[in-house]
Amino acid sequence: MAVDAQTVEKLAELARIAISKETIDDVSSRLGDVLQLVDQLQAVNTDGVEPMAHPLDEVQVLRRDQVTEPNRREEFLALAPQTEAGLYLVPKVID
Amino acid sequence: MEWEVVIGLEVHVQLATQSKIFSGASTAFGAEPNTQACAIDLAMPGTLPVPNEEAFRYAVMFGLAMNAEIGKRSVFERKNYFYPDLPKGYQTTQLEQPIVGAGQIEIHLEDGSSKTVRLHHAHLEEDAGKSLHEAVFDSGHGMSGIDLNRAGTPLIEIVSEPDMRSAAEAVAYLKKIHSIVTYLGISDGDMSQGSLRCDANVSVRLKGEEELGTRAEIKNLNSFRFIEKAIKVEAQRQIDLIEDGGKVVQETRLYDADKNETRSMRSKEVANDYRYFPCPDLLPVVLSDEYIEQIRAELPELPDAKCARFESEYGLSAYDADQLTQERATADYFEQVATKSGEPKLAANWVMGELAALLNREDKSIVDSPVPAEHLASLIARIKDNTISSKIAKQVFEAMANGEGDADTVIEAKGLKQVTDTGAIEKLVDDVLAANGAQVENYRSADPDKRPKMMGFFVGQIMKASKGQANPQMINEILQQKLNALL
Repeated sequence: MAVDAQTVEKLAELARIAISKETIDDVSSRLGDVLQLVDQLQAVNTDGVEPMAHPLDEVQVLRRDQVTEPNRREEFLALAPQTEAGLYLVPKVID
Repeated sequence: MEWEVVIGLEVHVQLATQSKIFSGASTAFGAEPNTQACAIDLAMPGTLPVPNEEAFRYAVMFGLAMNAEIGKRSVFERKNYFYPDLPKGYQTTQLEQPIVGAGQIEIHLEDGSSKTVRLHHAHLEEDAGKSLHEAVFDSGHGMSGIDLNRAGTPLIEIVSEPDMRSAAEAVAYLKKIHSIVTYLGISDGDMSQGSLRCDANVSVRLKGEEELGTRAEIKNLNSFRFIEKAIKVEAQRQIDLIEDGGKVVQETRLYDADKNETRSMRSKEVANDYRYFPCPDLLPVVLSDEYIEQIRAELPELPDAKCARFESEYGLSAYDADQLTQERATADYFEQVATKSGEPKLAANWVMGELAALLNREDKSIVDSPVPAEHLASLIARIKDNTISSKIAKQVFEAMANGEGDADTVIEAKGLKQVTDTGAIEKLVDDVLAANGAQVENYRSADPDKRPKMMGFFVGQIMKASKGQANPQMINEILQQKLNALL
């Protein structure tokens, strides 16, 4: 299955990945190769096969409801490019 | 043309767990920014989520209370989108296999009628952090501040079918959800703190039409009043639009309370496409029948059951029982007053009357009532045994509200005990009759039909002379006798 340039641009936008004009053709042909593999998988007859939510056929272990994490704000804030008043600063977002 | 409004609600309820849904960070409200955001909540590389058992228990409790199917096997998925208050770049949520499946509840409307609203499903998910704008800063850098304390707080998102047909029905449904989650104790339900929030899907269609109209989604409604107003104004907008030949666009809108209007949220260049897929960090959660039955056995009495019991056990009207059981704290308070005083009907009147007015005036919730349930019970007991009249009782209530002690203490301290001594009342009557010779003369010469009305004057004077403390029934009897003797 071919992936056109428009689809690549849309996917890049959704994933917030910068793809330059020059590489779009290359990316679409490589994505197309991956989808060919998917087509092969989809050709397999899976009638009566229960879908799996995870490759490990295991069940999730749950944790008790207890506060176990201490406050490490200063360490985490130190990793961020910009902070103020205990907040992480980001370019203005208005929805 | 007659239009019909169709409403479906998505209600987000914060669960009252101690720690977050996938990490051991605290969920306490009001902490300093980012002091309760750990490496998992911040999406640090190499961290893995581990789900909180209590969040599942609460979700199952909710499902059972909604008469819903319980997802014995539920699966987490990733909902992918970018926003600064969502550090991972996806929200961990449930889609195909949620913890709670289809169910239904009955809602009660103000006109006394009831209606069934179907639940589509309810799923577990994590809350996002908070973005703070201008107000917080004065440095003029034009940045937004991010507080991730709320990120990872467990939520259940409760999705109804589009079964509501008016703003009033939507509010009644939301109140019922509020009532259920607070009865269960799985959320504090505090809308002002965002513990319960609501998105409303609103569309209109001509009455009798089967097909649904195009809907608009109004986001983030956080009070019962705003929900009602936002739905009304949005429905009217759609009707006006269609009647003017326009078309409703499927979009997300915001309600502006100051202007009482909804407006379109800036449409994004690329339409939302969340690209859900099963979360590879989490395995399916499987709950056993025994686990679910154990939870069922431990469920507390729910609003509908309590309402029915209040009607049968205490002889309350359906309306009173419904009013008193909407909030668990009110129901508990009433029940204490009713059992301690032995007068359920009086208790209901006082709780919904004087007490509700007092709490409203002081902007307090019933758990912080200045008049404890035992004190109100003691007051009602004194009305019942004729120690005080209902009129004096209001005075005693005010004193109790000011923290002057229980009813007996106030009655004693203020000398408010009702006068039931025949001799004392006879004296009051004699004094008043003697002091008002002219009126007595008028009474005697008046037409017998008019006399009962004229008696009111004397009753008023006697009551005044007794400072409201004389037993009204006894005044009436003695006065009547004395006036009759004069004829």
